[in-house]
Amino acid sequence: MSVLTPSRPTAENAFGTGAAATHRPARGGRRGGLLLAAPFALLLTATVLIPVGYAIYLSLFTDRLTGLGFSGPEQVFVWLENYGNVLTDKAFLDGVGHVALFSLIHIPLMLGGALVLALLLDSAVARLRGMWTLAVFLPYAVPGVIAGLIWAYLYSPTIGPLTDLLPFDPLGSDGALASIANMATWQWCGYNMIIFLTALRSVPREILEAARVDGAGPVRTALRIKVPVIRPTLFVALIFTVIGSLQLFTEPLVLHNFTGSVTTNWSPSLYVYDSAFINNEYGRAAAASIILALVSALLSALVMRLSTRRSAR
Amino acid sequence: MKNAAPPRNRPSPTASVWTSRAAVHLVLLLGALYSVLPLIWLVTSATKNVRDFSTTGAFDLGAVHLGDNLKALFDEQDGVFLYWIRNSVLYALVGALLGALICAACGYAIAKLDFPGRRTLFAVTLTGVLVPTTALALPLYLLASQLRLVDTFWAVFLPVLTNPFGVYLARAFAEASVPDEVLEAARVDGAGELRTFFTIGLPMMRNGLITIVLFQFVAIWNNFFLPLVMLTDPKLFPMNLGIFQWSTRVSQFPQYNPMVITGSLLAVIPLVAAFVLLQRQWRSGLAAGSTK
Repeated sequence: MSVLTPSRPTAENAFGTGAAATHRPARGGRRGGLLLAAPFALLLTATVLIPVGYAIYLSLFTDRLTGLGFSGPEQVFVWLENYGNVLTDKAFLDGVGHVALFSLIHIPLMLGGALVLALLLDSAVARLRGMWTLAVFLPYAVPGVIAGLIWAYLYSPTIGPLTDLLPFDPLGSDGALASIANMATWQWCGYNMIIFLTALRSVPREILEAARVDGAGPVRTALRIKVPVIRPTLFVALIFTVIGSLQLFTEPLVLHNFTGSVTTNWSPSLYVYDSAFINNEYGRAAAASIILALVSALLSALVMRLSTRRSAR
Repeated sequence: MKNAAPPRNRPSPTASVWTSRAAVHLVLLLGALYSVLPLIWLVTSATKNVRDFSTTGAFDLGAVHLGDNLKALFDEQDGVFLYWIRNSVLYALVGALLGALICAACGYAIAKLDFPGRRTLFAVTLTGVLVPTTALALPLYLLASQLRLVDTFWAVFLPVLTNPFGVYLARAFAEASVPDEVLEAARVDGAGELRTFFTIGLPMMRNGLITIVLFQFVAIWNNFFLPLVMLTDPKLFPMNLGIFQWSTRVSQFPQYNPMVITGSLLAVIPLVAAFVLLQRQWRSGLAAGSTK
């Protein structure tokens, strides 16, 4: 998922209640506006809205063999049965558990690391800012599959250097989770660092100057002034990271080819893929997709609520 | 004289500046090494043949076999890798340019023009940002199969054009960099809205546009789920899907290792180059999006 987060639009107006929505453009432009907006509106309808509606429809049906099965499977309307099946399926729940643990490791590590690096780069101490920024940012440019492959090789006991360095086997059943969290952290840390750095650069210099005159050291300034000022940016990054984490797919799929400790339904997204394209259970896969989308929406709403409450204070 | 004595039990200011500088640079160095070492491994490994690959140290340089590896890579399956390069470029470059133009037009319209459904469109767009791609893939696949689009170029190309976040960004960029007075003046001069957009709005949003193009390019270049679901014909694969397919064979056929690694290197180089070359643009683009 590619997202970047301009720091200025705060969480409130990012989601439609702020200044932008109340802004009244000058007269004219009805026809022009429609024409300019139409291509995107059509694409959005065709590739997002209709598929979401279709997924909801699909999730209410299942294929059943009727009679003796000679007439082939028949689509049967089953209400919420698919949802019940998914939510009680041990494979799905295990996947949810994996992603929850993954998030607990990945999110604090990645966002914390990005924030620390951004604060260090923003402080007057750091020279060669451009070079450091670019170095940490580069993994973002590596396709997820390729990043997965590089790390899979680095983890591999015969080829990689990590088996000797780590106290656990990165491809074993204990290490797989940490390995996957590391892959994602490697990819996204620099990206978020840039977002934070951009936000930090827009903190008014007079405030920082005033803090310095008052005798605040760099650490105190960072914690008491810079971090609170860029809090909306941090929250938006958190939301996107949560949504991204829920979709965890490529990393475990790549590792699956290298180790048996990552199964084909290791994460909810893999479960969707497995149900749909390996087992051809479209109803079940659609139900799992919808659950995934709902959970993302709920979590985003929750984080958004927290963020607006905090920044209103 | 009386109040000149510095506090004694504290290190002198210059010394503390030096130690904290060293600490800062140490942390930055660790961050940079963590980020860059795997890429260096990719480069050194791409020069090794199958035997050196499993016998030499991870970062050691053996005899250079990059040429052989490239030859094997481009010979495999009758040169299918060339198709993969072409497809990646087509999907990503055309998709990013066209997609960014569509985003820019819509974002500009939402920011600067009044039309019915404007607020609804923006609200739906923001919801679109939040819909996980994995939740869309299955229904997209089934719809595409009803339209007989599965296993065609369009099955991958059309969905990647939709970039709700790009619209959100374009709206922010238009608000920030296109003043209403300029549009007003154009209207007074009798220019139509479309013409005003293409000749005045679009050029003013240039830095923001480069940012959207670049990030959409990366998103499509790295897009894996959609091609995996939609495509079975190897000649339509983008690079990462093709390399992934080869990687599923390495445990049985170790001769695929050099091809997977050299192919990976070739898939990474264009993006790294783009980010290095376009640094100034995308950074100022991000900055423009973040200041009004």
